Amino acid sequence: MTPTDMSRPADISTRQPDSAPHRARDDADRRGFDWYVDKAVQLIVFVGGISAIIFIFGIFIFVTREGVGFLFEGFDLVEFFTSPRWMPTSSSNPTYGAAALILGTASVTGLAMIVAVPFSLGAAVYIGEFATGRSRETLKVLVELLAAIPSVVWGFIGLSIMNSLIVRIFDVPVGLNVLNAGIILGLMAAPIMTTIAEDALRAVPDTYREAAEAMGATRWQVVWRVVLPASKNGLMAAVLLGVGRGFGETMAVLMATGHSINIPDSIFDSVRALTATIAAELGETAVGSEHYRALFTLGIFLFIITFLINLTADLVVRGTGDR
Amino acid sequence: MDRTPTPPREASDFEVGAAADRPVEAAGDVAGGVAIETRQLNLWYGDFQALFDVDLRIKQGIITSMIGPSGCGKTTLLRTVNRINERLGYVRTTGAVEVLGRDILAPEVEVVQVRRHVGMVFQRPNPLPLSIRENVLFGYRIHEPAARQASRGELDAVVEDALKTVLLWDGVKDRLNSRATALSLEEQQKLCIARLLPLKPTVLLMDEPCSALDPAGTEAVEELIWGLRGEYTFLMVTHNMAQARRASDECVFMLLGRVIEHARTDEIFVTPRHETTADYIEGRYA
Repeated sequence: MTPTDMSRPADISTRQPDSAPHRARDDADRRGFDWYVDKAVQLIVFVGGISAIIFIFGIFIFVTREGVGFLFEGFDLVEFFTSPRWMPTSSSNPTYGAAALILGTASVTGLAMIVAVPFSLGAAVYIGEFATGRSRETLKVLVELLAAIPSVVWGFIGLSIMNSLIVRIFDVPVGLNVLNAGIILGLMAAPIMTTIAEDALRAVPDTYREAAEAMGATRWQVVWRVVLPASKNGLMAAVLLGVGRGFGETMAVLMATGHSINIPDSIFDSVRALTATIAAELGETAVGSEHYRALFTLGIFLFIITFLINLTADLVVRGTGDR
Repeated sequence: MDRTPTPPREASDFEVGAAADRPVEAAGDVAGGVAIETRQLNLWYGDFQALFDVDLRIKQGIITSMIGPSGCGKTTLLRTVNRINERLGYVRTTGAVEVLGRDILAPEVEVVQVRRHVGMVFQRPNPLPLSIRENVLFGYRIHEPAARQASRGELDAVVEDALKTVLLWDGVKDRLNSRATALSLEEQQKLCIARLLPLKPTVLLMDEPCSALDPAGTEAVEELIWGLRGEYTFLMVTHNMAQARRASDECVFMLLGRVIEHARTDEIFVTPRHETTADYIEGRYA
């Protein structure tokens, strides 16, 4: 830069206050106000953002603190994971085997995914790739509406409608079982999975579809050979989040499983879920008792499982971003 | 102009001459036959009319470029020839578009078959998020029933042949299974041409094929297209006047949805018949 070049901007900045001193001061004031607003908003947003993390840690610490005493004192790892005998209220010899509860939750969630995955992926593909215009928008709204049905309503449907249906159709003594809860939970998880899966499909650039169509691919060939492979990570995440939802769901499974401790060997067996156990028993225990702390240990276990599922889903989605 | 334009295959009176002996069915090897013919083609996007009574005869085996200001309908016209326009639900067309004498807008025509014979290369290279090999085989697998039983070796031959034709083989032969989207833009665009070839299309539509490329890539792709002329019919939209001039045999000038002039490239650039053409070529069109 030559000296003359440098002098030019300096000239302007010194001349400006002279030519319009009042306006210059007004400008400075307004900038100051905006600056404070900006900083204040930044602070509020920061507190809002950080509080989510603080709350999650807080919950984790609370749950751990309540349950950890049990982990170190009465806890028997082998018994916890292998024994089906969950008898916390036995006066002579209380046992805390969660195997039946874990299997109960797993069987219901597994069946729920068998129900939900085809429904939700099918719905997502239809909404995202085949439906057009108004029908597409209507369907999206309807699916979101479905996701908002309270779980107790689903539980009620399981208890009153599905129960008698299953008894009548399959001629079994009890209709509150793995099948009932699996279907109810599957239908519950499907809308949210549909929404996430549809987002994943929408994230596939339209140029891919156009390229494939320009080569003469049919709609279905485009979906099958291009869109689904391109969005498989997002779809995987949708399924995983559905699994997480299934693991954590309480009310509907409490109402539809039959709530009896049992290692299921058919889908017509009643089971009891981890979450339902906590919900049903926690109110009946003395704070700080062994039973109370055992329930919190179940809580820690659930927390870890759902955390791992969500983390996996997140990592899987991130995998898409890398490419 | 560094390349000498090829001698015209048909005299300059194409406007009358070609119409009389319009070829039927497989006139594939009749040089100078008409590959694409539009008659009274009108097109609307909703209420907006984008094409007005377009009558065009695009000759076989040569490169025809379409020039004109943005929004003049040249891309719309191009996209009508393989009916990719119909992806937008609100497009309405009247008139006829014939490819090798067959009306592609006829109700009994399957759009999938039209697109098989009329390949398209887009402005922005758009390889599919698959491997290089699978990109080349994409159309082949869809359209050739033989592809299902074909051995690996046969498919390899198809891939090698297509990639050699677009001069990409030496660069990518060791990484055929890596993702096509990782290639350079020039390589991607060449791949987008290569993947059309296994279907043996009659017409290749090019929508500003070089606009996303750097000068070296532009030259390479232009050279490639030039090398393929004769074997395929090219219809190419371009914004780049110099490109139209050096890389096409005939040139169509469009304005506001109408074809203003269609002539041999060397004629249209030297002695345009219409004043607006001259204005546009000279850069006077506002």
